[in-house]
Amino acid sequence: MTVRTEPMPKFLAGLSGRLPTLDRAAVLRWLRRRLAAALPPLVMLALLIGLWELLCRGGNAPLPAPSQVIADTWDLISDPFFDNGGTDKGLFWQITASLSRVAEGFLISAVVGISLGVLIGQSSLAFRGLDPIFQVLRTVPPLAWLPLSLAAFQAANPSAIFVIAITSVWPIILNTAVGIRNIPQDYRNVARVLRLSGPEFFFKIMLPASVPFMFTGLRIGIGLSWLAIVAAEMLIGGVGIGFFIWDAWNSSLISEIIVALIAVGIVGYILDRLIGALGNLVAGNVKS
Amino acid sequence: MANYLSIEQVGVSFDTDRGPYVALRDVNLKVEKGEYISIIGHSGCGKSTLLNLVAGLLETTTGAILLEDKEVSEPGPERAVVFQNHSLLPWLSVYDNVKLAVDKVHGKTKSRAERRDWVLHNLALVGMSHAVDRKPGEISGGMKQRVGIARALAMEPKVLLLDEPFGALDALTRAQLQDKVMEIQARLGNTVIMITHDVDEAVLLSDRIVMMTNGPAATIGEILTIELPRPRNRLTLADNPTYVKARTAVMEFLYARHALNKVEAA
Repeated sequence: MTVRTEPMPKFLAGLSGRLPTLDRAAVLRWLRRRLAAALPPLVMLALLIGLWELLCRGGNAPLPAPSQVIADTWDLISDPFFDNGGTDKGLFWQITASLSRVAEGFLISAVVGISLGVLIGQSSLAFRGLDPIFQVLRTVPPLAWLPLSLAAFQAANPSAIFVIAITSVWPIILNTAVGIRNIPQDYRNVARVLRLSGPEFFFKIMLPASVPFMFTGLRIGIGLSWLAIVAAEMLIGGVGIGFFIWDAWNSSLISEIIVALIAVGIVGYILDRLIGALGNLVAGNVKS
Repeated sequence: MANYLSIEQVGVSFDTDRGPYVALRDVNLKVEKGEYISIIGHSGCGKSTLLNLVAGLLETTTGAILLEDKEVSEPGPERAVVFQNHSLLPWLSVYDNVKLAVDKVHGKTKSRAERRDWVLHNLALVGMSHAVDRKPGEISGGMKQRVGIARALAMEPKVLLLDEPFGALDALTRAQLQDKVMEIQARLGNTVIMITHDVDEAVLLSDRIVMMTNGPAATIGEILTIELPRPRNRLTLADNPTYVKARTAVMEFLYARHALNKVEAA
């Protein structure tokens, strides 16, 4: 899963040297490459917004046109930090509330997922016993867990966190297990010849060898967490981007829903990239 | 005096769906301290299995392996292995790969500074002092194999086990490394068991060549003693009659008397 990064432009490379040399041609080449990468998505975006504007313009369309959305929600977009108490808060606070739930749930699922993944990756008995159960449980949709967890926890917030954890734990377990099972026999033989103890083997060989797989699982997991939290919050209420959307729907503020959806998408994308970048950083130290 | 390493009536069979598969049977071999032994044979003759038995990575089904009169029952650093594909840990630098072994084996007997010196000493021995901070992915195959050898030597093994150590290298690098290994062995007097399927390599390096018959149920077919004085020089040996005779004997064993059935080999 190593992602090839663009070669550093010469003028940046020069900065690390003693004398920064400004190579004009290299700068131009770099700019051109950036532009070539950014242009297609920008053009597509403009086309789609234009199409949307055309389709929804006029009074009888069920959904507002983009211009209408911006006009309706300018207060919301321009000040994400307002706080009028209760659930009447700016987008920043709504998203922060959701993110903190995701952080808690995801932390639990990362710890539990990696532990269980190591267990079923290392022990074929545990694998044979647990894998079929995991394969069934992981197909249960996130929201189906919500009533059960509400019944168990008797409170909204822990239930939401549980739903996050249970949703994102499966890919973490399964990918970690694959990573552990893929450790080359040679590395195991090296450990056996050196008579590494269990903890030594775990920290010196197993962990570094399977870290790229773990991060694949974590990356899928964080995406699923974000999917689940929005849905769960719609049902549990309180501050959070999910309930914000539901609340907007109940108040027929369609434009607010659209703004919130865009915010959800962007935050989800950033989360994915963050875990991906963290994974590359760690894996970069691991893979040569 | 008892033998240093002795392989006695060793047999190995694996359970398969079609019943037990006998890989090795009745293998007997005595190795003296400081001897350089090569094991040669066609693919699938169980020579890797035999090496893994001595390493303790596999268990014997019958018979026993004794090192200084103690039975080999598990892997350990006194029987260090240089693996065919080097098996360096890619996330550790050259230095740290050797250090992992040194810390584990000499952690109780050497101070931190002594261990550091010992790592560097062994890397110098194989001529890798210039690349201690590189990662395995940044060095060539021959260099990786050198580091693998340094790691094994650093464990101060009683027996050094080489599993086709030069098999994946180009001819020039291979010759260089063979010379290096001969030089190190002359200096340290290691007991070495090496698997190979290169006849010249076996004759050049070994005191004795163990020739294996083909599997299943492979065993030692013949043992050839190479009466060539050391140090040996690959250039002057090329038309040395003893060398040529030994080479012919091994070739004759492999390709005339125990040639692989052509259908099987394909």
